[in-house]
Amino acid sequence: MAQATFEEISAADFFYRNRDIAGFTNPTRAIFAAIRELVENSLDAAESIKVPPDIYVRLSFEGEASEETQIYRLRVKDNGTGIPPQHIPLAFGQVLYGSKYKLKQQRGTFGLGGKMAILYGQITTHQPALIISSTGGTRIYEYKIMIDIQKNRPVILDRRITLNKDGWRGTIIEFTLEGDYLRAMPKILEYFKQTAMVNPYANLTFVDPKGRLYIFKRATATMPDPPTETLPHPYGVDVELLQRLIQITTHGNMLDFLKNHFHRVGNVTAKRFLEFSGISPSKNPKKLSHDEIVRLVQMLRKFKDFLPPDAGCLSPLGEELLRTGILKELKPEFLAVHQRKPATYSGHPFIVEVAIAYGGEISQKNGFVIYRFANRIPLLYDEASDVSVKVIESMNWRRYKVAPDMPIAIVVHICSTKVPYKTVGKEFIADRPEVRREIANGLREVARQLQRFLSRREHADRDKKRLGVFSKYLPRIAEFSTKLAEKDKIPDIERLLRNVRRYGVE
Amino acid sequence: MSEPERSVLEKRKEVLDKLRGLGSRIYDQLERGVFPFIEMPVRSTENIYYDHVLRQFVLGDKRVKRSSRNIRHLKPFAQLVWAALFSYELTSQRKTSTLRDVYYSAQAYEMTFKDQQESNNIITDLETVLGYSREDFSIFPEERSAVFGDLTIRYTVPGYEGKTLNLTSHPDGVMIGPALTSAEFEETSADKVIAIEKGGLFTRFIEENVHKKFNAILVLTAGQAPRATRYFIRRLNRELKLPVYIFTDGDPWGMHIAMVIISGSANAAHLRDLTTPDAVWSGVWATDIVEYKLPTDPLDDIDMKRLYELQKDPRYQEDPLWQREIKTFMKIKRKAEQEAFSRYGLTYIVDEYLPAKLEETGQKGKTK
Repeated sequence: MAQATFEEISAADFFYRNRDIAGFTNPTRAIFAAIRELVENSLDAAESIKVPPDIYVRLSFEGEASEETQIYRLRVKDNGTGIPPQHIPLAFGQVLYGSKYKLKQQRGTFGLGGKMAILYGQITTHQPALIISSTGGTRIYEYKIMIDIQKNRPVILDRRITLNKDGWRGTIIEFTLEGDYLRAMPKILEYFKQTAMVNPYANLTFVDPKGRLYIFKRATATMPDPPTETLPHPYGVDVELLQRLIQITTHGNMLDFLKNHFHRVGNVTAKRFLEFSGISPSKNPKKLSHDEIVRLVQMLRKFKDFLPPDAGCLSPLGEELLRTGILKELKPEFLAVHQRKPATYSGHPFIVEVAIAYGGEISQKNGFVIYRFANRIPLLYDEASDVSVKVIESMNWRRYKVAPDMPIAIVVHICSTKVPYKTVGKEFIADRPEVRREIANGLREVARQLQRFLSRREHADRDKKRLGVFSKYLPRIAEFSTKLAEKDKIPDIERLLRNVRRYGVE
Repeated sequence: MSEPERSVLEKRKEVLDKLRGLGSRIYDQLERGVFPFIEMPVRSTENIYYDHVLRQFVLGDKRVKRSSRNIRHLKPFAQLVWAALFSYELTSQRKTSTLRDVYYSAQAYEMTFKDQQESNNIITDLETVLGYSREDFSIFPEERSAVFGDLTIRYTVPGYEGKTLNLTSHPDGVMIGPALTSAEFEETSADKVIAIEKGGLFTRFIEENVHKKFNAILVLTAGQAPRATRYFIRRLNRELKLPVYIFTDGDPWGMHIAMVIISGSANAAHLRDLTTPDAVWSGVWATDIVEYKLPTDPLDDIDMKRLYELQKDPRYQEDPLWQREIKTFMKIKRKAEQEAFSRYGLTYIVDEYLPAKLEETGQKGKTK
């Protein structure tokens, strides 16, 4: 059992041994994953205080590690909230640090990615990580830390405090890691491009090991409303989460426990549930046995009268921002965006946003260009397994006048407090009927708009071509008939051509 | 002695008037600010009927409107007007051209045709609109048929106007081309016309003095008779009152060469003056194959299929002879070429067969 394993080795050790699941599979994936995790943390950090993110990423070459891998220095700087000094060592030096007892839509899932990156860097290069952060106060704090893997504790090698003369706020993380940038490059650049697409309010700068500069400028300063924290919904609770809630709760009876730790559970619902499950309202949750906890989870799922989750905790991008982002990165000739109403699966609220774009910088290949996003993160791997791809493939596109060789991009963004990833690698969305339905309905809506655009364009094309044909042949008919009738003056055909222009005729 | 249906010159004037009329109609429509259109009979099979009085295929009442308002008709419409102008210029300058020429000439006017077939179709459209065959507006096929015999003609073509020629003056025969087609008939001593399918036999007949022995004008159709030749045969029959005897190979294809001279083809249902209803098919009949014990080849599947088609063809219902011969072909399943008579010696066909057949079919021709 995983639980037993957790007791025997530290969390850091566990992830060290199982780094595949966090995406650090090989030198190519690792360098991609490290950049991605840190950029996402930075985006979250800026968004949480409603500041348009300014993120600077620099990857520089440090030396050869082996024949196929090199050592790089990665530096990521943001203008986010900054980290209070007392939290810095733990935030970066302890795996699974952070409170996740409340839920809100976030990019990362475990609060793990950034630390995994540093851990991976330490494992491969044996160098400490440098963390510089300020919350905008009078001081800037610098830490040089390593992680004690066995104990899952930070080891502070150096600590410095400097005066924050310019009132800087944000975080800088710098460390070395092994990787294969040349192989990772296409995915990294694609990652930045797609991130810019769904974060059109962010400035992204990337300097690669060759010194090439990639800048993705923000197109708007408008940001989506930040997500509010929410309690877990009873339908979405598992044994692990329930155990954690019991550990931290300050409530001494089941009625208060339910009322205070679950989403959309009030006095009436809590009482009815306890009656339904035959649990005494006065029972102390901390006294529940393991079997009782397991049964409680089962009863929570069986009870039919919980109210559906409220989507207030979600922060979709919104049609306007999605439009801005896509226009900025793809410059399409046509674009339709659509946001679905909130829906739920297994007690987790989610919102699907879709877009379809035609022409512009979209490449014309056989099949669509598909951009998948979850909580504003681009998903770049395992496209074929993703539910969006399955939905797209099962649609009858000919109905919408869409041919496979058209330059079309499809964007699917799903945001949720718990994105239904199929694997821990967070690369593709599982095929859940509720999710599938929302994506399909959303795509149908934008496909209809595309169809209207294509028809209009076809009409315009046809009219233009028609006018061309008339402009070519009517003058000839006039010329030939004039000669044939042995007249001198060629009749005026402008009136007929005007008719063609205006009414299109037959 | 010649009594033309109407003189060659008159006909040309009619054609020119018609072409100019077409131009004026379109010009006026344009002047009035309407999209010009043309109406003409439909040429597809459902509008082709056999006329028992005319003894040829004719077009029914169905008409089609070609309007330049319709984008699909626009290009063919322009091509048609161009073809009319081209024909008008040719005819008024008394020049001639061919279908192939038309195809290329169009390019000089930036009126390109997709292919030869497209330009041929436009010429057929023009025939239908005008009711005249393309030879009348100076577009001729490649010449291959010829005539030989005591007939004096007078040319009307530029440079030869008024000149006369006796059609015995060249031993290979005289080609039936535009100049001969537009010539007036002066005089003849012949009392019949013999049309022959094949060049070899035509030459044999000249060598054997058939024209003298039988007092005949010999016409070589060279396979299926071109329309200029069919028109020429008709003129010999109508203007000079000469009976026409047709000799072909003894097979369904030869039989049909005779039929097209007599009753015309479905393809020319929009045209008149190309048939010679009183002409007769004198041989080689299926019954001749039996009677003269000719060397034969078997009829193949395609031949048999053709026979079944012809059996149902209304043109073959006119005279019991046709049905009798078709049935005989089907029964003996053999065919014979005109040259088959050579097994009895080179002159047998002239000495024996020809007089017998002229006698036989001539009787019949008179009783008609």
